Amino acid sequence: MNFWIVLTVNSVTFGGLLFLLASGFSLIFGLMRIPNLTHGSLFMLGAYVGGSIVIGLFGVKLNFWLAAVLASLTVAALGAVIERFLLRQLPGDQLAQVLVTLGISFMAADFCLMIWGGDPMSVATPEGLGGFARVGAAVFPMYRLAIIAIAVVVAVALWMLLDRTRLGAMIRAGVDDPDMARVVGIRVSQLFTIVFALGAGLAAFAGIIGGPILSVYPGLDQDMLPLALLVVIIGGAGSLLGSFVGSILVGFIYNFGQALLPELAYFVLFLPMLLVLLLRPQGLFGRHVP
Amino acid sequence: MIDIFTGGSKLRFIALAILLVALITLPFWVTGIYYINVGSQILFYAVFALGLNILVGYAGLVSLGHAGLFGISAYATGYMLQLGAGHGTAIAVALIIGVASMAVFAVLSLRSSGIGFIMITLALGQILWGLAYRWISVTGGDNGISVRGRPAPFGFSLSEPINFYYVSLIVFLVAVIMVAIFVRSPFGAALMGTRDQPRRMNALGYHVWMIRFYACLFSGLLTAVSGILFVYYTNFISPQTLALTSSAEVLLMVISGGPGTLLGPIVGATLVVIIKTVVSGFIERWNFLLGAIFVAIVILVPEGIVPGAIRLWGLITRKRAATPTASAATTERTP
Amino acid sequence: MSALTITGLNKSFGGLHVTRGVDLNVQPGERRLIIGPNGAGKTTLFNLITGELTPDSGTVALFGQDITRTPSRDRPHLGMARTYQIITLFGKDTIIHNVRLALLGLSPTRWNPWTDLRHQGRFTEAGHKALARVGLSHIAERPLAQTSYGERRRVEIAMALAQEPKVLLLDEPFAGLSIDERRDVHKCLMAIPRDVTIVMIEHNMDVALEFAERITLLHFGEVIVEGNRAEVVDDPRTREVYLGH
Repeated sequence: MNFWIVLTVNSVTFGGLLFLLASGFSLIFGLMRIPNLTHGSLFMLGAYVGGSIVIGLFGVKLNFWLAAVLASLTVAALGAVIERFLLRQLPGDQLAQVLVTLGISFMAADFCLMIWGGDPMSVATPEGLGGFARVGAAVFPMYRLAIIAIAVVVAVALWMLLDRTRLGAMIRAGVDDPDMARVVGIRVSQLFTIVFALGAGLAAFAGIIGGPILSVYPGLDQDMLPLALLVVIIGGAGSLLGSFVGSILVGFIYNFGQALLPELAYFVLFLPMLLVLLLRPQGLFGRHVP
Repeated sequence: MIDIFTGGSKLRFIALAILLVALITLPFWVTGIYYINVGSQILFYAVFALGLNILVGYAGLVSLGHAGLFGISAYATGYMLQLGAGHGTAIAVALIIGVASMAVFAVLSLRSSGIGFIMITLALGQILWGLAYRWISVTGGDNGISVRGRPAPFGFSLSEPINFYYVSLIVFLVAVIMVAIFVRSPFGAALMGTRDQPRRMNALGYHVWMIRFYACLFSGLLTAVSGILFVYYTNFISPQTLALTSSAEVLLMVISGGPGTLLGPIVGATLVVIIKTVVSGFIERWNFLLGAIFVAIVILVPEGIVPGAIRLWGLITRKRAATPTASAATTERTP
Repeated sequence: MSALTITGLNKSFGGLHVTRGVDLNVQPGERRLIIGPNGAGKTTLFNLITGELTPDSGTVALFGQDITRTPSRDRPHLGMARTYQIITLFGKDTIIHNVRLALLGLSPTRWNPWTDLRHQGRFTEAGHKALARVGLSHIAERPLAQTSYGERRRVEIAMALAQEPKVLLLDEPFAGLSIDERRDVHKCLMAIPRDVTIVMIEHNMDVALEFAERITLLHFGEVIVEGNRAEVVDDPRTREVYLGH
């Protein structure tokens, strides 16, 4: 009995982390029409930078949450730089942009290996969240519940941003029809930079808060990127709701798959993708096939 | 037959003859087994790149999952040999599994072209990588599968590096001839039509999906062949071979050399293998360099080295000839 | 039997009805002109006929055979060819290669991956013949990039003719052409033999009028007037649509 509850909580937690990662990925995809293949690297970079600040590796030692914010901002700035100085060189050429993000992801992976080495870095659970919460007979790790709460808060904040603010209205217009948005006077290029930075920051944030449960290791980027891709293929590009549902779904399948069929966990992930591609190629909540 | 390659030009005929003689005599003028082995690597990676180029260059479909297909053929060979099968059986099974996997890839990813195709092939490739890594009872996980010995058809032992080189050379030449015939065939013309104007091709009576599907199968066949050569060359296969980095490496061979040209992927494979071999001699950071070259090529030489060189050559020779044949062209207009 | 029969064709995008209950009956050998102002649904109607769009309801029949559900790629094989309003040719290739692709599209040879297309002389020969019909065989080997707009329009027509269609759909063949170029295109069209049924869309009424035998006026997706040239021109509803009074 307890096994299933633990597995469920783990699935939801992992789904929450995936949502933080994939929502930005999906927004970038929706707006710029490219899958950002550096997204896994940004996740890993955030985890490494944040983890280093927590343990004071580079002389700066801050508490977990401050480290999380600082690392997210750093990676967001890096995202803005990538968009401004590299992707901007290839306006409208989506294929070339994708290849550039691919190239950068390799550079980033090697860079991390150079700085942090090949051994995994473990990040301690933030203070006060190391314990367990008891509900009846079931026991829940506090930190996992905290991640779920954070994911929900971020989801609501993103929704408010998209639905209630001027910036959000511009992003939505851009996702629907970039040419039209340009015609009505939205500075689409600036929007690209903002959204790319936002997505990068969210990915990095997911990386740090995922640190205590996933640990940080070389290859983390290549573990996470396909999951973000899957979420977007399943949920549909550019849809926040799609990212949310897709993340939770992938979180469940991944965790249950690993627990019940450890050898074929990756293969089990393939099944929902297969179904979606065959029955609804635009994704559950997407509007058009990419 | 020969003018498939020369286009009737004497100059090109001589160049090709020299190249062929150079390839055949290579083991006699390079010093040491090491360089012969580098030669073999270039040859089977060139076959891999030729296979990917069918999709990237001629069909306009960019796949980031080809390392998965390359790897699955290598694994199939290794696994069959481990089960005690003979080399012939192992190779046949590996070819079938490689092409069948490509068929599955194609059915799923041909729902879209362009960016969607990239995403889906990437995801599928990663799934194969994940399987290789986790399905330990079959793949051996991180430890991979070791292959003992190479085949010795008619007593011609491929364990000799020189012999392996010649077999790779034969396979390579057959692949080049196949691709050269393919791209000049009616089907090749149809495939390039679907790359340039898919909607128009449909309206002219072509089955665009099916044309792309068959092109995928041909690409899968060449990929499987190169995967089998690879596993016999290294005598070892591990999940690393299926990683996204490997897919990117072969894609780099294609786009650096020049997608949609016969020579491009061969030049690209030569460059990438040489750079990788030389670089790994004194630094460990191949991936950083791979990424940097990728970014540089895409931004600076998007058409690839071979078309770039041809254009340059054209500029030089035209300057010399200075006959303005093209000036008869009427001005362009748009509606 | 009619060459082309359309009954009750409906298509809407979202809430917007682009064609509403369109009926059309074109006899073999007829020259039919479909006119209407911009946004009347002419090109949509063509896309429904060729199968590039699927109608919400209604049927399309070619010589009595219902082809409503036939995939668009199969329709050229049944004798239907079209030209495009926005020219979608193969810009990197020569004129003759463009026409060769049109010929190859209907031949089983298109699946052949081992012979050299250039050695398949019959495609080149037939291609030259089709180009001669539009007066372009002398520049057959010219790259498309070095041709004028009017020449490209004629390449479009040559590609359609090369497929030897029974029903030929022409989407604004005169659009964007100079007076001389119009005359050239007009000459090509007049030379098409009577065993080919022609349906032509035109936005500008004057250009194509003398070519047409029967005219259908489309407005907001509906057939407003249909009849011979004089009937349609004299009909007050035609003037209303075109002159707004």
